[in-house]
Amino acid sequence: MSLTLEDPRIVEFDVRTDEMLVNMGPQHPSTHGVLRLLLRTDGEIVHEVTPHIGYLHRCAEKIGENLSPPQWIPYTDRMDYLAAMNMNLGFSLTVEKLIGMEVPEKAMTLRVIIGELNRIASHLVGMGAYGLDLGTFSPFLYAFREREIILDLLEEVCGARLTYSYITIGGTTHDLPDQITIPPGLAQLTERNPNMQLSWINALRMFLDWMGPRIKEYHTLLTRNAIFVRRTAGLGILSPEMAMSYGCTGPVLRGSGVDYDLRRDGEAIYTRMYEGYKFKIPVAPFSDPAFGGIPQEVALGDNWCRFFVRMMEVAQSIEIIRQALDRYPTSKGEYRLPFKMNQKLPADEVYLETECPKGSMGFYLVGDGDAEPFRVRAKSSCFCNLSVTGPLCQGVLIADIPSIVGSLDIVMGEIDR
Amino acid sequence: MKIEEIYQRLVSRFGDAIRELKTGVKDPWIEVAPTAIADVSEFLRTESDLKFEALNDLTAADWLETDAKKKTPCDPHVEVVYHLYSYSLKHTCKLKVKVPRWKDGVAGELPEIPSVSHVWGIGDWHEREAYDLVGIHFTNHPNLRRILCPEDWEGHPLRKDYEFPLEYHGVRGK
Repeated sequence: MSLTLEDPRIVEFDVRTDEMLVNMGPQHPSTHGVLRLLLRTDGEIVHEVTPHIGYLHRCAEKIGENLSPPQWIPYTDRMDYLAAMNMNLGFSLTVEKLIGMEVPEKAMTLRVIIGELNRIASHLVGMGAYGLDLGTFSPFLYAFREREIILDLLEEVCGARLTYSYITIGGTTHDLPDQITIPPGLAQLTERNPNMQLSWINALRMFLDWMGPRIKEYHTLLTRNAIFVRRTAGLGILSPEMAMSYGCTGPVLRGSGVDYDLRRDGEAIYTRMYEGYKFKIPVAPFSDPAFGGIPQEVALGDNWCRFFVRMMEVAQSIEIIRQALDRYPTSKGEYRLPFKMNQKLPADEVYLETECPKGSMGFYLVGDGDAEPFRVRAKSSCFCNLSVTGPLCQGVLIADIPSIVGSLDIVMGEIDR
Repeated sequence: MKIEEIYQRLVSRFGDAIRELKTGVKDPWIEVAPTAIADVSEFLRTESDLKFEALNDLTAADWLETDAKKKTPCDPHVEVVYHLYSYSLKHTCKLKVKVPRWKDGVAGELPEIPSVSHVWGIGDWHEREAYDLVGIHFTNHPNLRRILCPEDWEGHPLRKDYEFPLEYHGVRGK
């Protein structure tokens, strides 16, 4: 077809723009921390994205070589600070694997409850902040309202709201508290007396009963929202081969259709914790007609799939916690086995990955007969997930960069370590 | 597939380049000659009965005993550790490559190991990190720059004989 001068499209074709380098970050709100993206753009089209990281680097691995494992646990808190419990758990299990320790049933049940609760909190932030990236403020407020209650509950358990250091080598530092005052947020939302006294377990049950039906609201707010679908579906498509090659894990990998979850497929020392629990592992493509069906624009491995995997995991985590709470009163053993601060580590080396909310967090620990490890290494899941941005963002619009980076749900504290 | 079978497969294909199978430890490993690691990686990823699609972790450790009181000091060397996983066959494999701490024994000259970044995409960033923190030169790497430390940083912090700088751009060290 030949084009005439009157054809309006000719104007479009004749526009020439210069190539331009644009710095996104490190103080850009949509990069979730101090991430700097260097974009090579031609008009609105991005030709190349180069992530620059390291602004939060504090060489935690070097520090770890001079501390005994219990002393290094607070440093794991500060990696993924949105899911510090899961970081504590990953490192504790690695040390237990090295010294050949098996924690009692009660400690395992406790770890499941606490770990899954923190997973919900992390996914809530992931969901709320993703909405914020795409210009909608309300889901963020809903997410933080719920997260506040989880933080209150975790504060009752260990005294901290963000950097817990609660799960430790041999179990946990404390047992669950018997009697607490109802968290203010929960009292308000369920219209109960703010001075109500109840056991921690009942408070958590009350929260879960309230939280379960709320997930439907998030789906109305985001998942099926026409604007949200337009901004996420069919964008940033990550093929399963590429996801595996770039070491993507967690919801990013499952969003690309690889059925893999360490809670089921991991090493025995980790899967032992989840033995006997009934839960599903959400994997794209979704055929579940729940929540009003899947929008037609959705393609396997796009932003929407990654987001939806997280949302489905929240529902599964609630189920797991319910089962764990039923088990807890009859669980045998102590909540903690002793591990001395200066206990010598055997001359051996182990690597262990656990399923953290953002992906598989791996710890590599080398002992040489001293109390301090010879080498300690943290393989960050977000580090691997972020490495895929370069190839993923080629040829997209500038406005889609926050949408793609946000869907990877990264935390810079873990990437830079 | 068990690590012993993987070892046999590798020995029948690469011969002397596969140096040792270390068992009797928590995570058994196979030691590979530095020159062969890229070919071995490619072989492990593509063979239909091995299919290691993922490089879970690539890291390095500097083996130098700095504690003079230690009775049995280790043999000084640098080792790179590869943790591989196969999603389709659900098996794992751990590889090790050992090189001298400095190339030709000249302090400051980084030891060289072929890059695996063309085999697994994530090898790119993991190798940049190992170069940055431990100081290993990965040959054939497309973009071997520092990743976590600033580009003008001197030294490699995870080396055991690393000394903290006293000053960096006007900021005092310890």
